[in-house]
Amino acid sequence: MKFGVIQFPGSCDERDALSAVSRVGDGVLLWHRDHDLQDVDAVIVPGGFSYGDYLRAGALARFSPLMEEVERFARHGGLVLGICNGFQVLCEAGLLPGALLPNTSLRFVCRQVDLEIVSVGSKWTSACEPGDILSIPAKHQTGRYWAPDPVLDELDANGQVVLRYARGENFNGSARDIAGVSNAAGNVVGLMPHPEHAVDALTGSADGLRLFESAALIAA
Amino acid sequence: MRARVLIRPKAGILDPQGQAVERALPALGFEGVRNVHIGRLVELDVEDPSQLPAMCEQLLANPLVEDYEVLG
Repeated sequence: MKFGVIQFPGSCDERDALSAVSRVGDGVLLWHRDHDLQDVDAVIVPGGFSYGDYLRAGALARFSPLMEEVERFARHGGLVLGICNGFQVLCEAGLLPGALLPNTSLRFVCRQVDLEIVSVGSKWTSACEPGDILSIPAKHQTGRYWAPDPVLDELDANGQVVLRYARGENFNGSARDIAGVSNAAGNVVGLMPHPEHAVDALTGSADGLRLFESAALIAA
Repeated sequence: MRARVLIRPKAGILDPQGQAVERALPALGFEGVRNVHIGRLVELDVEDPSQLPAMCEQLLANPLVEDYEVLG
């Protein structure tokens, strides 16, 4: 299983993502100016502040040359995970429904959150059980998930709500407590909290590994 | 030509920036202020202003959550 982690100018979590995937497979760093996905089995769009969050978070990174390849890869069923800024990029690119708006508090919040697994139909949660609670850190200022009500109904009906903030944990004001969603096919997932920062009990939790293990099982 | 594009949060979407400003104004003695919404103004020189709506759709605004208006 070979994971590729994209590096944009302003990315800051690509090293942790590489370290996380090295526990379940191999990882390579992909430069955003390249056109080559290096035959990876899965792509991770990491957290950070690509292009300084200029204009809107994620708005400019989607025009990086490598994102064209990621869009093609995703549309052919390739596994793609967007974490935090990566989630924003995938929404801006139209690979995932909805948008991420500023937290209702307007503050940058960094804290451990409990997430509930809602759908195990996605390729990144297939090794989980519905109702499982994952303790994972979140750190962002623009993480309020929003989509029009008919779209939210559709996501619920299709099992595209992958993760919700557990009761009392929705600190950013996300619609219907949504922390992560997938595309209709389930191969593309985005979430605001950071599973790559929760891969070792030494630093508080290893629950984030479940997502990477799910992807590795699919590819195996 | 010089063009200006006004981009605003869509009606009905919570605008915490506007709310924060709305709460702050009375503290300065400005009463009777309601429905504050904060957007942004993009100024640009363009050769072909007919392209402005497409620029808004594809980059300047996120049409899912923002309305735009070309001010000319």
